[in-house]
Amino acid sequence: MKAIAWARANLFNGVWNTILTLVAGYLIARGAWMAIDWGLIHAAWSAPDGRACRAITNDEGACWAFIEQWYRFILFGRFPPGEQWRALIVVILFIGMVVVSCDRRLWRSAWPITAIWVVGLIVSFILMHGGVLGLPVVTTDLWNGLPLTLFLSVIALAGAFPLAILLALGRRSDYPIIRALSVGYIELVRGVPIISILFMASVMLPLFLPAGVNIDNLIRALVGLMLFYAAALAEVIRGGLQAIPTGQYEAADVLGLSFGQKTRLVVLPQALSITIPPLVNTFIAAFKDTTLVTIVGLFDLLTTASNSITDPQWRGFYVEAYVFVAAIYFVFCFSMSRYSRSLERSTER
Amino acid sequence: MTAKLRILLPQLLVLAIVVGLGAYLIHNTLDNLARQGVATGFAYLDREAAFEIGEKLIPYTSADSYGRALLVGLANTLEVGVLGCILATILGLIVGVARMSRNWLIRHIAALYIQAIRNVPLLLQLFVWWDLFRVSAPPPRQAWQIMPGFFLSNRGLTIPLPSFEGGFHWDIPHLAGFNFAGGHIVTPEFAALLIGLVIYTAAFIAEIVRAGIEGVSKGQTEAALALGLKPRQALFLIVLPQARRIILPPLITDYQALIKNSSLAVAIGFPELMAITNTTLNNTGQAIEAISLMMIIYLGLSLITSALLNWYNARLALKGMAR
Amino acid sequence: MTGTDPMISLSNVEKRYGAFQVLKGVSLEVARGEKVVVCGPSGSGKSTMIRCINRLERHEAGRITVDGIELTDDPKQIEAIRRDVGMVFQQFNLFPHLTVLQNLTLAPVKVRGMKERDARDLAMQLLETVRIPEQADKYPGQLSGGQQQRVAIARALAMKPKAMLFDEPTSALDPEMIKEVLDAMVALAGQGMTMIVVTHEMGFARQVADKIVFMDQGQIVEEATPTDFFSKPKSERAQLFLSNILGH
Repeated sequence: MKAIAWARANLFNGVWNTILTLVAGYLIARGAWMAIDWGLIHAAWSAPDGRACRAITNDEGACWAFIEQWYRFILFGRFPPGEQWRALIVVILFIGMVVVSCDRRLWRSAWPITAIWVVGLIVSFILMHGGVLGLPVVTTDLWNGLPLTLFLSVIALAGAFPLAILLALGRRSDYPIIRALSVGYIELVRGVPIISILFMASVMLPLFLPAGVNIDNLIRALVGLMLFYAAALAEVIRGGLQAIPTGQYEAADVLGLSFGQKTRLVVLPQALSITIPPLVNTFIAAFKDTTLVTIVGLFDLLTTASNSITDPQWRGFYVEAYVFVAAIYFVFCFSMSRYSRSLERSTER
Repeated sequence: MTAKLRILLPQLLVLAIVVGLGAYLIHNTLDNLARQGVATGFAYLDREAAFEIGEKLIPYTSADSYGRALLVGLANTLEVGVLGCILATILGLIVGVARMSRNWLIRHIAALYIQAIRNVPLLLQLFVWWDLFRVSAPPPRQAWQIMPGFFLSNRGLTIPLPSFEGGFHWDIPHLAGFNFAGGHIVTPEFAALLIGLVIYTAAFIAEIVRAGIEGVSKGQTEAALALGLKPRQALFLIVLPQARRIILPPLITDYQALIKNSSLAVAIGFPELMAITNTTLNNTGQAIEAISLMMIIYLGLSLITSALLNWYNARLALKGMAR
Repeated sequence: MTGTDPMISLSNVEKRYGAFQVLKGVSLEVARGEKVVVCGPSGSGKSTMIRCINRLERHEAGRITVDGIELTDDPKQIEAIRRDVGMVFQQFNLFPHLTVLQNLTLAPVKVRGMKERDARDLAMQLLETVRIPEQADKYPGQLSGGQQQRVAIARALAMKPKAMLFDEPTSALDPEMIKEVLDAMVALAGQGMTMIVVTHEMGFARQVADKIVFMDQGQIVEEATPTDFFSKPKSERAQLFLSNILGH
């Protein structure tokens, strides 16, 4: 009875709404059925190659056998198969660190989280690179797939953060020259596409350095992402700085705190805690933007997926490959955005 | 005097560091370029480009200059940008309003769309659209006819064009050999880029629209309903016009984002500004000039976008519609 | 420096916001241990005047000296004066991300270089005197307005200031909380602290003030003892002001 009353109020109140519900309901049901039919009923779960798989599905279903064959390549790329357990541990470690960092009890002081990440990153680097403890060396050009995506987003964001704080403070500085430099940097970087910054890092960075100094492709992309994220984060942090009432600055002043003490002890802790929800949203955008490194020749998760579908034995299973990878991105981004929403709600209270 | 110095000194110090770093980088760059024998300057813009461009709004052949090629790229960027902003606004408005619908099903379909699109990288979406056209669409001989003259195949989508040669008539695409002739053909690259950008950006605009509608006080809707307006009339006549001033500033940001994101075309081979720049710098080695020129153009586009919308906002303000 | 020097002295202080002149040559002397209550209609420049004393606002002309140090653009002088002058604001301005105890110990440790333990002992002692030691580990947001303002007073006292400025300390409070804050201020006055208080609490002025300063339109119109001021105000403007705030 309750269900019927609910449906009347929410689905069938009035002629127009009833029509809308019926049409939308039909389309959704049909779409869902097509997805189930393709993805489950007519899908092939195991096959030796693409041709055999197509024979099973008769081109009417998904060929999940492709994923079965290729998931290791998509996730880890050209990382030596015998060593991929190392990359897997790194992925799990990263996810673990992100989950732990979400616990607000750890935020009382900056130290616990910083310590976790520094130790975690060092351990990850050793695991990925090897060369010690009897682990064979794996060069950075073989750091592919999901570990690379995680590495790029985390390290670039972590590196961008201090620069972003300086830029945000600089933009609100009383010193005109410092303000002009900060505004100039932020607006320039935000006004151009991220790819142009990546191009710059990949083509121009080698030119900037003294002759004979060669830098890794991975580092170039990291520098590019870092420069870009710094400007984006700076604007978010500036929003937090603006939200702090002038009374806080005055109270710190009359207590005799110096500019540095005021900034570090009074202003930044408050500004950063207000900005955590929008910061998480920036992290999500940054995480998605790491896919652009494919354009400067790095093998991130999206590149491994788009390379896997060019294999002659398995040509053309792009839907399966992209659904698989999209699901991974979705899980990461969606859970981060849920988390950001829950933070927003708890600060509203 | 000392107080003035105390204000000036840290600034000069920072400036000196920045200038010093810049000078060091420029010195290295010139040094490196000299070593590689690359000539600096923009003279390359007048040289013959010697590469073909598949899609162009302005006349161009491979005998034309790099400068002209850049112009072709800019025109393509503008085409995608303008069409994209218009279509994304329309779709975003529809989804945003649907997100606020009193119909449970419609509201949740809109929410599903927004969540699914926003949480998957744009480049991945572009790849999917591109492959959809290239791989899944049939060859021209088995093209799907959507409407007379509209054929969808792996060569793209054909569209009839009006023609004024020898009196007005429609130039209707038709199959000639292995491909279509006549009319206009939208390439898979252009279609994938446009559709991908529109669908992605619309998900963001929808959220802006929703926030705008929520930002208009509830009393306004109630007052409109009390006057006897229907809910839809209240939305279009009372709420949305007022929501405009809340919607506009973030909308500018999203338009700028769409134009900047159109540079992802370089990954699927649509010859816009970024792709032409990429080809140019690979052919000429003039990396610094080509990249700086491209950045300046994008900056200019961003500024023009915000200037146009601010002008529109100022016009609204004149009528007392905005603050 | 002898004991007869004024603690705080202003002479011909001027301040303008754009075309609007807020202070039109204000002169005032406050002796050591003296309690001065400043009153006047809103917009008369009371708050601006005391905010000039610790350089929250920059005065454009005239001289301000605190304990023999002249206030100039020199940051060293400003720091020195701020260390010696405590201030309590209308809006409390406690640091919301720190506990009550941390609010009190922050400046003594970071500015005075006091040991963490000593600062905590001093803080607890001050919380006793404002009668809220049990709130030490709470955050400001968990306290009532009256409690927050008492914490703010304790926070200023933790720096062991030579003088205290109060900028309408009870104006943002609900009526039932005003008394607890005024009690703390009366107690403080009893200990011989030099105080300048901008307030409309005339009962407090009568009870505590050595001198009442009446300001209007950026000028000091009248300076008198409480008895004289309340019984026979000289200027018409002061009479009008008094009848407005006492008359209902």
